[in-house]
Amino acid sequence: MGSEQIKVLAVAAILVALALIVPHASSFAILLVTRALAFSILVMSVDLLLGFTGLASMGQAAYLGVGAYLTAILATRYHFGLGDDFWAVVGLAMLGSAALAAFFGLLAMRASGVYFLMITLALGQCVWGLAYRWNSLTGGDNGINLSQRPRFFGIDFSHEVTFFYLVFACFSASLLIMYTFVRSPFGRSLVGIRERELRMKILGYNTWLHKYLVFIIAGAFGGLAGVLWAHTAGIVSTDDVVLTTSVDALLMVVLGGAGTLIGGVVGAGIVTFVREYLSTLVHWWQYVLGGIYILVILYLPGGLMSVPQRIRQWRAARTVSAAADDLPAAPPLSSPARGTG
Amino acid sequence: MGAQFWLIQTFNGISYGALLFLVGSGLSLIFGVMRIVNLAHGSYFLLGGYVALSVIWATGSWALSIPVAAVAIAILGLLMERVFLRPLGFDPLRQVLLTVGFAFLFQQAALDIWSGNPFDIDPPDQLTRSIVVDGLHLPMYRIFMIGVALAIGLSLWLVMEKTRLGATIRATVDDAQMARGVGINTSLISTLIFGLGAFLAALGGVIGGAFLGVYPGLDFEMLPIAFAVVIIGGMGSLGGAAIGALIVGLADNFGKALFPEVSYFTLYAPMALILAVRPTGLFGRE
Repeated sequence: MGSEQIKVLAVAAILVALALIVPHASSFAILLVTRALAFSILVMSVDLLLGFTGLASMGQAAYLGVGAYLTAILATRYHFGLGDDFWAVVGLAMLGSAALAAFFGLLAMRASGVYFLMITLALGQCVWGLAYRWNSLTGGDNGINLSQRPRFFGIDFSHEVTFFYLVFACFSASLLIMYTFVRSPFGRSLVGIRERELRMKILGYNTWLHKYLVFIIAGAFGGLAGVLWAHTAGIVSTDDVVLTTSVDALLMVVLGGAGTLIGGVVGAGIVTFVREYLSTLVHWWQYVLGGIYILVILYLPGGLMSVPQRIRQWRAARTVSAAADDLPAAPPLSSPARGTG
Repeated sequence: MGAQFWLIQTFNGISYGALLFLVGSGLSLIFGVMRIVNLAHGSYFLLGGYVALSVIWATGSWALSIPVAAVAIAILGLLMERVFLRPLGFDPLRQVLLTVGFAFLFQQAALDIWSGNPFDIDPPDQLTRSIVVDGLHLPMYRIFMIGVALAIGLSLWLVMEKTRLGATIRATVDDAQMARGVGINTSLISTLIFGLGAFLAALGGVIGGAFLGVYPGLDFEMLPIAFAVVIIGGMGSLGGAAIGALIVGLADNFGKALFPEVSYFTLYAPMALILAVRPTGLFGRE
């Protein structure tokens, strides 16, 4: 487990570096990192499903939407969640999205493979349809504007640096919890289901229940991402629950590397950078994004996180072939190898 | 709300369903043969509309724009299948994700080539009139849409049921491995079906252009509706796509007319329920 410890230490070091460096960056850079980290929580929850359990969900934006709309509606209508009660909203959002996932999961878990993808897509579209049309509650196409960010423990989170630390703390906690979760026996059973569900059933695991539970857990983290996402953007609209948001989260996981948790974060970082920063420089940024997706899916099935391993394999293969060149040529197959004794 | 309301809404629903059949049947056939969900299908619909606009601007002929756009997008589909999807072999998830990558690329390309302005495709004057039947004003264009869908549906059915090619396609849908075993070139069938699907989607895009418009974002609006059609009808079944298109067309129309606040919900909730009860759709086969 030595290499695993090195990886954990590396991630921790990068996170500490991020926490130290980012506050000194420009306010635009801080906003970009904050956005990427908030969305990363949703992306990691997608990785729980896709990377660890093998369930390709195309409706995770629904849970982000529950968290985001709940935050916006409570804040604008009841002025709730802007003080110490912010944590109550976080709890409510996670519970609410977990409840929605518990309901949707009952339907979605009946299908598998491509059918699972489609049923989650349909369920996600139900939420989008409600957000789009239920004007009196959601503001429809215009969405809901959040005029202020929370303020608690004597800290005003409307400042970009303090808000960055809030999102950073939530992100780090989510990463730690999800990492512990996937390393637990329960998390291991999910990998078993991904690899061969029938075998896990034969071994006596209730695979349906395991998949159902991870679906609910992923939904809860989606709700947390939604709360932070709403305060990051300052507006909650149908864009947050639209199909492309779900697709984005799925593609970020694939881009970084499914089944690694941190890969999805890398994917989210790259996509946020291209979309928010590169788009201010060149108008053809979407070609870059589409091109990256296509190249990674075609040539790097393990995502960007598999690049180091690929390089090691390539080097090893080169050493082997170099060693083979030094050896005398192998005898032809037709020669009698064992006929002389 | 008299009989008039119900009749005209039903007529509108059926004509919208006719348009959806064009988009849905292609998606359904592609799934049936290749077991993948083509998430670039909405892009084919949108690009079809745009290519038709270019043809109309260049030649002034609406009638010419329909076949040119459909064939151009069919070639695009053929290339995409041959060059990018085929090398992935049988790996549905990666193929699905690849089609999304293409959907993003097409979105940008459409924005670059045709700008972000919304357009309408104007059909010839003969089709913009309406005929009066029993006091009901029925727009000619909607009747035309129903006619096209009927013609396409009938020819697809004839090819599928009465020709050798159709038999090989049905065999591939039923059991691709067995079909390969008896000497059917399933790789060629996949490419053909992908091209046909793109052809039908683009045809829908041109015909729908007069009715929905052609604008950025239409691709990802159309995609989930096309999904609803094939999911309700069942993937890989032509008859299912027809019935799914009718149901979705009617549900969408009546939903918008009767319960505007939850109209999309009335469309997608039945879809999710049908999937939960019968994961393969009403007429799909596992």
